[in-house]
Amino acid sequence: MLRIEEHPILTFEKGKLVTFTFDGKELQGYEGDTIASALHAAGVKVMGHHHVSGRPRGFYCAIGNCGSCLMIVNGEPNIRVCVVPLEEGMVVETQNNRGDLL
Amino acid sequence: MREVDIAIVGGGPAGLMAADAAATNGASVLLLERDGHLGGQLVKQTHKFFGSEKQYASVRGVKIATILEEKLQGMSDLVEIWTDATALGLYEDGVLTVEKGKEFVKIKPKRIIVATGASEKFLTFVNNDLPGIYGAGAVQTLMNVNGVRPGQRVLMVGAGNIGLIVSYQLLQAGVEVAAIIDAAPTIGGYLVHASKIRRAGVPIITSHTVTRAYGKEAVEGATIVALDEKWQPLPGTEQELDVDVICISVGLSPLAELLWQAGCEMRYVPQLGGHVPVRDHHLKTTVDEVYIAGDLTGIEEASSAMVEGRLAGLAAASSLGFKSDSLEADILDCKEQLKSLRSGPVGDHINQGMAQVMLDK
Repeated sequence: MLRIEEHPILTFEKGKLVTFTFDGKELQGYEGDTIASALHAAGVKVMGHHHVSGRPRGFYCAIGNCGSCLMIVNGEPNIRVCVVPLEEGMVVETQNNRGDLL
Repeated sequence: MREVDIAIVGGGPAGLMAADAAATNGASVLLLERDGHLGGQLVKQTHKFFGSEKQYASVRGVKIATILEEKLQGMSDLVEIWTDATALGLYEDGVLTVEKGKEFVKIKPKRIIVATGASEKFLTFVNNDLPGIYGAGAVQTLMNVNGVRPGQRVLMVGAGNIGLIVSYQLLQAGVEVAAIIDAAPTIGGYLVHASKIRRAGVPIITSHTVTRAYGKEAVEGATIVALDEKWQPLPGTEQELDVDVICISVGLSPLAELLWQAGCEMRYVPQLGGHVPVRDHHLKTTVDEVYIAGDLTGIEEASSAMVEGRLAGLAAASSLGFKSDSLEADILDCKEQLKSLRSGPVGDHINQGMAQVMLDK
């Protein structure tokens, strides 16, 4: 379990339970999570694959700078999931290409 | 086109202080933050700050963000805050373009303060793109903001202050730190942090670097190697570490794209972390309307970012004729604080860098 339950300085008040899907599988996170933190807590490290080499991609900076965590969210590609808040019912998918313009 | 006295790009420690200083002197301010909330990287800094009272010493970073934000909310007649607003471009005619939510907005500020901060540097080694290799800042965000551990066992690369502090925070979060390594022969960070880590049983291994990450879909291990005096790997000294996270803490580089686009003169200064803008003592760039503050002026700490923010805010407001009685004294106070923050061996390094980009000596 990767959620921090006890901490000497910080308290993490878990928000409401949020249900979303990752590649069709139902997962749960909490209100206050980013999509990336919810996935990570659920054990998902691979967020996509490079469009040429096919190598796995995860997040790197977690502050919206590096673009390593692009995923398809509710059908929209190239979403930096490290800075997008998790919402109920979100459909999150692994992105393995450059993403088509809508 | 939206008009305002001063637009500030970046709602971190520098931008928040700049907004406060400018508005306190009577200028109207539009503060732009690309994230959904203010505070920048303060929000994940759970340690108490050093410095003096004016830089909120002994207050935790996350608390400083709240204090500054509340102060700005009390000045809502002059300060407008846009979150989820990313500055896209800064043009020669002084127009700033912004993506606000899904909306494209053009702004024509009389002055602009760019306080966009920095991004994490990276390191070359085999399989360095595997998931599980995270920047030190990312690990801090994940743990301290989201309450999620990055993994079970971490190799920390970099024994500067960030590497040391994040290692300690990993321990606090119940994560094992296998080792902290640094290519340099000595520990870069403060001894007070290093001692705390060593007391907790984490080895700090100098003159070592990471050469390879293992794993198919994510990190399962790492190889480290000793370096000789010329920073070359010593054959036969390879060690394998069983870790699921490699945390990269090898410094930051200034995020200066807007300044390049605006035509500000830039110089490469290693002591400041990369390409930084040439500026005067009031943090004005070579483009008259454009001021700077924080890590993009040169990588330092949040304390200096706050003081620089205040200085840039005061100077930009003053250039528009907004002058309180205490303006001169306030500017002098900022300069004194910066001088004091840049004393000591780390400060010497910064000062050497600053001397290379200062217009007025």
